[in-house]
Amino acid sequence: MNQAYGVVAVTSVVVASGLIGALGLRISRTTSDFYVASRSVPPRLNAAAISGEYLSAASFLGIAGLVLSQGVDMLWVPVGYTAGYLVLLALVAAPLRRSGAYTLPDFAEARLESTVVRRITSILVVVVGWLYLVPQLQGAGLTLGLVTGAPGWTGALIVAIVVALSVAAGGMRSITFVQAFQYWLKLTALLVPALFLLLAWQGDPSARTALDEPPAFRDHTRVRVDDTVRVRVHEQLRVTVDGTVDGRAHQASVLLLQPGVHRVDTGTTLHFPVRARVAGRSEDTTAPARGSRGSDASPREDKGHSLYATYGLILATFLGTMGLPHVVVRFYTSPDGRAARRTTVVVLGLVGAFYLLPPLYGVLGRIYTPELLLTGNTDAVVLLLPERLIGGVAGDLLGALVAAGACAAFLSTASGLTMAVAGVLSQDVLPSPRTGYFRLASLIAVAVPLAVYTLVPGIPVAKAVGLAFAVSASSFCPLLVLGIWWRGLTAAGASAGLLTGGGAALTAVALTMTESVGTGWPRTLSAWPAVWSVPLAFLTMILVSLADRRGAPLHTDAIMARLHLPEPPANHSPAARGRRLTTDEDPTAGSPAP
Amino acid sequence: MNTLALAVSPTGTVLLVLCGAAAGLLAGAVLARRRVAVGGVGDSVEKATFRTLHTASLAAPPLRAGLTPDTARKAVRRLRPLLGSSALLLTDTDRVLAWGGSGEHHTDEVMQHARDVLGSGRAGVFTVDCAQEDCPVRAGVVVPLSVDQDLRGTLAAFGPEKSDALARATEEVARWVSVQLELAELDRARTSLIEAELRALRAQISPHFIYNSLAAIASFVRTDPERARGLLLEFAEFTRYSFRRHGDFTTLAEELRSIEQYLELERARFGTRLEVTLQIAPEVLPVALPFLCLQPLVENAVKHGLEGSARGSHIALTAEDEGSFARVVIEDNGIGMDPDRLRRILHGDGGPSSGIGLCNVDDRLRQVYGDEHGLVIETGVGAGMKVTVRIPKYRSGVHPAPR
Repeated sequence: MNQAYGVVAVTSVVVASGLIGALGLRISRTTSDFYVASRSVPPRLNAAAISGEYLSAASFLGIAGLVLSQGVDMLWVPVGYTAGYLVLLALVAAPLRRSGAYTLPDFAEARLESTVVRRITSILVVVVGWLYLVPQLQGAGLTLGLVTGAPGWTGALIVAIVVALSVAAGGMRSITFVQAFQYWLKLTALLVPALFLLLAWQGDPSARTALDEPPAFRDHTRVRVDDTVRVRVHEQLRVTVDGTVDGRAHQASVLLLQPGVHRVDTGTTLHFPVRARVAGRSEDTTAPARGSRGSDASPREDKGHSLYATYGLILATFLGTMGLPHVVVRFYTSPDGRAARRTTVVVLGLVGAFYLLPPLYGVLGRIYTPELLLTGNTDAVVLLLPERLIGGVAGDLLGALVAAGACAAFLSTASGLTMAVAGVLSQDVLPSPRTGYFRLASLIAVAVPLAVYTLVPGIPVAKAVGLAFAVSASSFCPLLVLGIWWRGLTAAGASAGLLTGGGAALTAVALTMTESVGTGWPRTLSAWPAVWSVPLAFLTMILVSLADRRGAPLHTDAIMARLHLPEPPANHSPAARGRRLTTDEDPTAGSPAP
Repeated sequence: MNTLALAVSPTGTVLLVLCGAAAGLLAGAVLARRRVAVGGVGDSVEKATFRTLHTASLAAPPLRAGLTPDTARKAVRRLRPLLGSSALLLTDTDRVLAWGGSGEHHTDEVMQHARDVLGSGRAGVFTVDCAQEDCPVRAGVVVPLSVDQDLRGTLAAFGPEKSDALARATEEVARWVSVQLELAELDRARTSLIEAELRALRAQISPHFIYNSLAAIASFVRTDPERARGLLLEFAEFTRYSFRRHGDFTTLAEELRSIEQYLELERARFGTRLEVTLQIAPEVLPVALPFLCLQPLVENAVKHGLEGSARGSHIALTAEDEGSFARVVIEDNGIGMDPDRLRRILHGDGGPSSGIGLCNVDDRLRQVYGDEHGLVIETGVGAGMKVTVRIPKYRSGVHPAPR
């Protein structure tokens, strides 16, 4: 990748976002006309902002990587990421807006009138936010590493600093415009290169048939292994080795690898001949190598568990979206429940359109960047394809565009998340809310995931995000769905459910991240916890609430009415404004007083 | 080695999951009951004292909510072990609210005694006839509960035989319950006082403004009837909003409309001398805030801006998004004010002439959001005035009333 172009692209994204954030409001909203000034955010703009904030590094880089490494089973990932909004639309969007809550803890307090539930929800929001921030930093490290050639952690550190500073300084004043801009940038950054890639692929005679065959090297390919891996060789393979294979050192010698699993040590360079079938990473867990972390629990490796894993993925993404802290706060911008619903419909369209593109990159990656299967760095496929397939200045420019999109992806999500986490931290977790605490909180909000990122590297981006979704689905989803649709929910029930579901999912996440579960079912169960933790959370909430019938909040009726009664239609069109007067009922003249 | 790990780990996971579930259920049970373990060190007297005080402190919160079947049930559950009677009950003036212990078939008979006690206003000792051999409710004491000389109900304790100790202990407990009920009454009085205060604090529309507006409109009736009609409609809308009775809260968008109408009417009087710049972040338009808490600030800015100045006045109204807060700033380039005088006005002793609006808004904001959300005012003589309000996007109990 051409470094100069890439650096320019990434820098201009940061600068453009900063400028829109600082000046957007001043330019577009300074007026002396009240009608212009008090126009609320239209659903289209708000939807673009929600999509911009939502489409993270996992969407931009991760999905293509998963499709490349694990095939079409992973198409469920984009489907789930989109369909989450369908559930949100049907069950949550309008009542959540009508509740008047800005954050999830606000909703918990408004619905259950309990500060205990508020506290528990706050802590879970912070944890989910952190879990979601880790893969964003990972995406940042990956992208900036490829663009500048710097080691991964520098990129993550730079992005963490940029995000923390912009949030702490209260930059991003017109956050809606910034996020909407980021959505269109991300869409463009995937769409335009995709069109060129498709043309190049069409013009490549040998590539037509390659889709049906196992991935193979198209040229003499040199692969350098940066992290010790175990590779599975499917048929006899002649490679030139410079380094250590199976514990024996070689120096530029030709080696005939027999079918089976081989261990390649750090720093080894392998030269593959033309048309050699790609040796994929092996998940032979009888002797786990450090580098084997990664495409584990993949449905392809564990045939028996693939159906379960798919259901785990579907449940987590379908039900987890509604609990993402940075998504929830954006609904406050809608003027009423009706607008919130309309916004969600547009989000479904925008997000759905975007998710058509990443799988395309994954599929093309199977043909053109098969060596990523060996190095395990599959998340890089989106960034590498333009250069590989098109080349020249055009390839460099398209590569820079993709890098800009990736940069927008992790910047927007990371700043949205940091904002949400810092808000909750400063309000509910740190002692006594004061203005100064927000700066401290935004630093903590970024520092913790940065530390986790440096301690636990190497989980595929989309998978790490999946864990955040699982925790959200097993804690916030029951809280929101039961809170909105079941009047019997009590504070005790909600607390028990949040602790049980969230705690169980978090335990599973911790086990997965530290790799402390063996193989087979336990591993699969902890890698995809949603299947059992979501019903567990629902059940706990319902049972404890039933046992604690007397604990129902005092004003349940009033709250339920506020959540579900539609607002009167707004009357803000300029024609209607001030030109017509409706008669006002006189409360003293017999009509029922409001 | 590996086989062993394989064999152990499924059980391990299941155990872990079960532990998690158990922890959650336990926490739920604790939260539902809020039971505090009674324990600690000390001799038996200390223990007994501690236990008694602890029981009383547990029984207090329900009683502080007033005397209802629900609170009576919770209180009786706590108090019966304290007296050690076979039955303990709370009544209001005409029925038994809660019966703790055995012998519930005597309800009607006991209620009869309770009515006698309520009639006389003095405690009485009674015996109860019962056909059941093993019924532990044979004799007991009924003590009236009073709040400010007003009888509210009775506390009654029954045991197998007459007992002076029980009678005296019951009287003490009844006195304690009466105190709790009095405190409950005080709580309620305080709440309604705060509500009344808030209602009284709602900004009042100035009679001068009504007079001036109507005069300005009248001046347009002949020269520009269309403008006069428009102004009259603005005036009607403005008064409708300001005089509305329901709901203490509104949204920033609604408040802005009212400010617009107000400024339209002021412009009819002052023409182009009044200039306004607006910069409203659309994200904060739905924020709920106390009804008419910005309009008086704008009114103030208009007054200060035009006072003693022929060059015209400029007012800037800014609303920014600050995460979980909205920051509203109203700035004018008028004559400003001496900070000491302003401080006196905000303390409520600035004289009758001016500043009612500022003081009122400040009080209401502090009432609703707490002291850290009062007005922040930057000013000096001849330096204009800048008023900043920081409003939380969500605060429990703050909901805009439907239009």
